Amino acid sequence: MRDLTDRALDTAAARGAAYADVRVVRRRDESVTIKTGRVEGVASGESEGFGVRVLVDGAWGFASSYRLTVAEADRVAAEAVRIARASATALRQPTRLDDRPAAHGRYETPLQEDPFEVPLETKIADLLAADQIVAGVKGIAFTESSYAAQREWKTFAATDGSLTEQVITHVGAGVEANAVDGDEHQRRSYPDSGGGWQAGGYECIRGLNLRERAEPLADEAVALLTAPQCPSGQFTVILDPSQLYLQVHESCGHPSELDRVFGTEASYAGTSFLTTDKLDEGFRYGSDLIDIVADATSPGGMGTFGWDDEGVAAQAVPLVQNGIFVGYLTSRETAPRIGRRSGGAMRADGWNRIPLIRMTNINLLPKPGMSLDEIVADTDDGLYLASNRSWSIDDRRLNFQFATEVAYEVKSGRKGRLFKNPTYTGITYEFWRSCDAVGDERSYVMLGTPNCGKGEPGQTGHIGHAVPGARFRNVQVGVGKW
Amino acid sequence: MNDDRAGDALALAEAALAEALREGVTEAEALVMAEDSALTRFANSEIHQNVAESNSVVNLRVVIGKRVGVASTGRTDPEGLRRLAENAAAIAGVVEELEDWGGLPAPSETSPVAAGYSASTAGASPEFRADAVRAVIAAADAAGVTAYGSFATGLESTAVANSKGVRVAGTRTTSQLITVSMGPAGGTGYAEEAAVDASTIDAADIGREAADKARATANAVAIEPGDYPVVLEEYAVVDLLDMLGYLGFSALAVQEERSFVEPGKRIGSEVVTIRDDGRDPAGLPLWFDYEGVAKQRVELIERGVCCGVVHDAQTAARAGVTSTGHGLPAPNPYGPFPLNMIMEPGTSTRDELIGGLDRGLLVTRFHYTNPVHPKLALVTGMTRDGTFLVEGGRVIGPVKNLRYTQSYLAALAGTTAVGRERRTLRGFLGGVVVPAVRIDNWTFTGGTEH
Repeated sequence: MRDLTDRALDTAAARGAAYADVRVVRRRDESVTIKTGRVEGVASGESEGFGVRVLVDGAWGFASSYRLTVAEADRVAAEAVRIARASATALRQPTRLDDRPAAHGRYETPLQEDPFEVPLETKIADLLAADQIVAGVKGIAFTESSYAAQREWKTFAATDGSLTEQVITHVGAGVEANAVDGDEHQRRSYPDSGGGWQAGGYECIRGLNLRERAEPLADEAVALLTAPQCPSGQFTVILDPSQLYLQVHESCGHPSELDRVFGTEASYAGTSFLTTDKLDEGFRYGSDLIDIVADATSPGGMGTFGWDDEGVAAQAVPLVQNGIFVGYLTSRETAPRIGRRSGGAMRADGWNRIPLIRMTNINLLPKPGMSLDEIVADTDDGLYLASNRSWSIDDRRLNFQFATEVAYEVKSGRKGRLFKNPTYTGITYEFWRSCDAVGDERSYVMLGTPNCGKGEPGQTGHIGHAVPGARFRNVQVGVGKW
Repeated sequence: MNDDRAGDALALAEAALAEALREGVTEAEALVMAEDSALTRFANSEIHQNVAESNSVVNLRVVIGKRVGVASTGRTDPEGLRRLAENAAAIAGVVEELEDWGGLPAPSETSPVAAGYSASTAGASPEFRADAVRAVIAAADAAGVTAYGSFATGLESTAVANSKGVRVAGTRTTSQLITVSMGPAGGTGYAEEAAVDASTIDAADIGREAADKARATANAVAIEPGDYPVVLEEYAVVDLLDMLGYLGFSALAVQEERSFVEPGKRIGSEVVTIRDDGRDPAGLPLWFDYEGVAKQRVELIERGVCCGVVHDAQTAARAGVTSTGHGLPAPNPYGPFPLNMIMEPGTSTRDELIGGLDRGLLVTRFHYTNPVHPKLALVTGMTRDGTFLVEGGRVIGPVKNLRYTQSYLAALAGTTAVGRERRTLRGFLGGVVVPAVRIDNWTFTGGTEH
């Protein structure tokens, strides 16, 4: 491997690169999909290759290949330099990088039970057992249950002498119950609608207790078919962690990406309302209860690593403190522009993509006081919303609208009847300012999404979110015509 | 057509197939997807990201009795293919039988679409893309706005070989230029073009279109959300077709009772006709699917009435029909997908479409759309990069972006006019050919600050 990385860096430097880095990535994955009690698909895959990123005269170039040979390293490095020179023909502000120390070392995701060593038969049987319970409930039209694991072996080397090795392992599993009656289609999923992903080994899957949760889940999907429509109006809303994590993702994580703020995602995902003047002025993002941190060291989070993909060590970066906006997700290129050093948020989707500023683990920190159950008990009249069903937010991350799988009426401190088709909408900072209760450590759970899209060509990111559940006042619930 | 590249891909597929058959399996299918692609991205009127990729993936599906295993690899050497076959066979050895497994598809008559390949796109260099980007930026500079966007060019070779005798391979090219212009006072504009031949894309023209719109949307004013008739430009209509294809026009969606499609049911007005046709040169042609089956033209909606859905081999076997050639790479829990949706043009000019609005909105494009209730095709999203108030058939001025929560089926039913000009654009997964449309009602449910 050193032959290839050395050759790529030497060739890039010889052809004029002031800086170059190379990542060699091998990715292994496997998946099991079960539909309505039968194994629908089992697959395994592996991908390997390398990508060379160069900076020539202040302009970026990147090239990549699946052929892991020294000769290909020469060709790809030369192509990257040629591409950078083409970039330089339309360059107005030459890129400057911050001066992070050279990176050296090895990181491996802590785990107890290697998911790739667990017999495939065991993994299928575990998932099938849960799925068959769901499928066996009267009124269930179809189910979809999934298990997946992914491991990356990643070598990073750069012309400043950096050399790191990382082995990152992520696993996920979940069950989904679907009930259909005419035009009505109701779904319930567990542990969340994103597939229950974490960083770790098969012990994470065992810890989900899918079988125990299967039957109540299916019963609820069937019950939703005849449940009343969720009412519309201004409500007190309590968000379960299975919804709150995506609220954090969309309305705090993405707008905190400094590349979006500087416009480099404008043509695709959009920009951000969190412009740099808001950092300077101490913009009130949320209520005093809101503390949000980008923490690449959180146990079990899919945004946890040793170094990001430009060799910056993992760290915890405060984004919001006591409700005040205090920081961004940054890179070596963007951080100096606000007078800071990189917070280590550059991540690439495999060997054939450049690193972009991505979320690590964006966590809403728990607040001592009430558990989530105690927040419910503290609520006279409201709605408890769980498990995301759909999401949408505008191109500056202000106007959002979410649908959840279920709403429970909350009256006099108790969760009561079900409502179907709940939706809620708002403006990001108004919503977070309306938060008057955040759960404590007892309801703090690590969740995440394995399918965060960003960039052109498209990249899919694995993002972690630890959240405890929270309560919001005067939220607009119910939109559209049904 | 680049026969050497396609031939190389087919040889690799046959080598993988041979390895699979050595494992003693009942059936096997090897799919090779090889690409050389590049993308030049620009923001703040300069190139800030510029990438190229050479990749090849072998996907192997093996069947033992009715037990199916799938494995994939990027390793194309003999040892990599041997391990691939072992992995796929090992999976097939431990999974349960699929009782309704219909078998791998048999050979079908396929012939390449010559219009699907362009030598100029295949040879597109970083300098070629940079030239186009500079033309976009120059148009933005001339209008006093700032340019953002990307220019992608790609060469894709696909080959399928299976144990029933399927042997197909082809190479095609695609390109896409998109740009967002941002002007003073909050104005933004969008333009896009996709083509097989990248040299046919007039970058300066695309740049001018977006820049002009950015100028025209400066100082947008807020309007009350509510019900408005709309004219959707082509960039917005893409989302309608994509979402309906995802939610309803897949045979698997019908079989799982989550689709709105019922053959013979009227879901659109008389002016709505939509088909999928991978051979239409107006789109980005793709003449066989990822199971090696020739793509059939499928009428999805004919004058407002549901006609057909697209099939892959497995959904076709369940339904007792033949595949329409819309399979995706295995394993595929999402089912078949219409990758080349084409909407029939109407007779209206752009001015006539707008002229038919007494008081309504002209919408350039949608952003971040997502189904709220899939079976009702109820979708939410935002407008973006050019939303205008129209009164008395004339554009009055720009308005701030709005959120909508709208049934796309109701939109088809309420379509009153269709534009006579069409654009070729990129959808979720493939090329789409779309006109602008006028719809008698669209439900806007919220607003934002820009």
